[in-house]
Amino acid sequence: MSYIRANQVVKEFGTGEGAVPAVRGIDLSIDEGGFISIMGESGAGKSTLLSMLGGLLSPTRGQILVRDIDIYALKGNKLADFRREFMGFIFQSFQLIPYLNVSENVQLPLAVTHHSEAEKRSLAMTALERVGLKEKALRLPNQLSGGEQERVAIARAVVNEPPILFADEPTGNLDSRNSAEVMKLLKRLNSEGQTIVMVTHSRRNAEHADRIVEVADGQIKETLPMRAVC
Amino acid sequence: MKLHDIAINNLRRRKGKLVFLVIGLMVGVASVVALVTTVRTLQEDIAHKMEEFGANIIITPRSEGLSLAYGGLSLGGLSFDVREISQDDVAKIKTIANSANIRIVSPKVFGVYESPEHKAMVVGVDFNEELVLKKWWKVNGKDPSYENDLLVGHDAAERLGLKIGAPLDIKGERFKVAGILEATGSQDDSLLFMWLPKTQELFEKQGKVGMVEVAALCKNCPISEIVSQIGEKMPSAKVTAVQQVVAGRMDALHSFERFSLGISALVLLVGSMVVFVTMMASVNERTREIGIFSAIGFRRSHIMKIILLEASVVSLMAGVAGYLVGILTTRVLLSVMTDQVPHFSLDPLVAVGAIFLAVVIGLAASFYPATAASRMDPSEALRTL
Repeated sequence: MSYIRANQVVKEFGTGEGAVPAVRGIDLSIDEGGFISIMGESGAGKSTLLSMLGGLLSPTRGQILVRDIDIYALKGNKLADFRREFMGFIFQSFQLIPYLNVSENVQLPLAVTHHSEAEKRSLAMTALERVGLKEKALRLPNQLSGGEQERVAIARAVVNEPPILFADEPTGNLDSRNSAEVMKLLKRLNSEGQTIVMVTHSRRNAEHADRIVEVADGQIKETLPMRAVC
Repeated sequence: MKLHDIAINNLRRRKGKLVFLVIGLMVGVASVVALVTTVRTLQEDIAHKMEEFGANIIITPRSEGLSLAYGGLSLGGLSFDVREISQDDVAKIKTIANSANIRIVSPKVFGVYESPEHKAMVVGVDFNEELVLKKWWKVNGKDPSYENDLLVGHDAAERLGLKIGAPLDIKGERFKVAGILEATGSQDDSLLFMWLPKTQELFEKQGKVGMVEVAALCKNCPISEIVSQIGEKMPSAKVTAVQQVVAGRMDALHSFERFSLGISALVLLVGSMVVFVTMMASVNERTREIGIFSAIGFRRSHIMKIILLEASVVSLMAGVAGYLVGILTTRVLLSVMTDQVPHFSLDPLVAVGAIFLAVVIGLAASFYPATAASRMDPSEALRTL
């Protein structure tokens, strides 16, 4: 059974004759514990697809089902609660909050949960330990290197242990050494059971996934099962 | 890590922004505090000065067919055969319900100085009260201090050929001119003033007074009420309010109040616009952050809470700073607007009001920006990433 499923998803920006299609009828299925890379040229629609899969952007038509729940049918606060419980996000350019220290940034998804303060600190330290940054918990983001900031962003995405991780160009601002480390980290998280959906330009990074989905002009061009290729 | 930690850390680590926001609101609050305090102090000062500016209640004996002009007013009977007011009754004026509003009670007794060449009216007064009542008097020489001292009106001195220190015999008793009034343009110029007890003794009117001038005014007490209270205490006297003077004074005070309210409202409006624009700009500036909050599962109410918490802290600081700056500004304004800085007391209600006002305006002005932030589409916000 698919863990995440996109059914004939269409996204148009604007309305009427001026509507610009970004995604044109995509069907996609991701298994629990899977790791897929979405690749494509700039403007191909891959980030739009990722946003829709992550519950951040409602499709113009079609459905996104996560654990068989039509997430855009969720009303009021339910979609926000669903995102908090089931999804973690790693954004382009790290996107850490500059006025919060590393530990506080990592604790951010826990700020609106019922954990005690001690539990929140402990969970943040565990997440930082997983990414090897426990000793830098009290630093501000601008006191870290790019690779370290990306690892903090990963720690923030996994601190509440969401089953799905969405990563939008997680290595876009990193050099090859740091990129390799981040990919190793994502691979490890995947091996620990996390479902990962990653958008990337890099073929080398994409090959860490089980499957590469190539998007062009708002449609899936081809799907390559990496294990089969390898 | 709680929502308020995000708000506090944002303000703590973005000090420049915090200072700018606080100043924005503080200017509005300080303006209102300064305006309210200045106008209130000026009102009190003006009321105080007005109270000192002559009498507004005249008490004369009840009599018919006798008249004497004094100060442009009909004073009733002043002839010797007319019933006079008992001095004991005068003391009762200060026992009325509104006695706190009675500032000056100045009883007078009248007599006539006669010499072969001249005649002049003699007015017996209590100089301690009279000199306070008639602030506009300018005395050349000295204020009368001994019982046989005279204060002579400008015209009377010229007519009688009196100079400071000159002697004058009245009814066989020798008096000395202690001071001469500069011209006032009123009937006072042609009068001779002497101490009340001496006048009573000289003209055989012990325990009697011919009229009483009373200065009574406060911002909110009805003068007609005071008149009626005095009338009850002195049934044999005719108590008259100088309505024109009273009405004029109250009009002036009400105009001040209206002016103050109008300006305060205007400044407040400008202040709230400053907060609104600043908070709106702050929200726009933080689109990226708000997008992240939203993406990681913050509800709309959580985002609103963060923005409104920040606004509350900023408003609280602006309220306290605004009150202090407002008070300092009041001091400066009063020193510029008045020759002698009037005393003004620090009213805790104004302090509480300033802080309350700042928080209410801060929250009201931040409500729309907070709502706009909470409604921000996370994907739109993330598109700016």
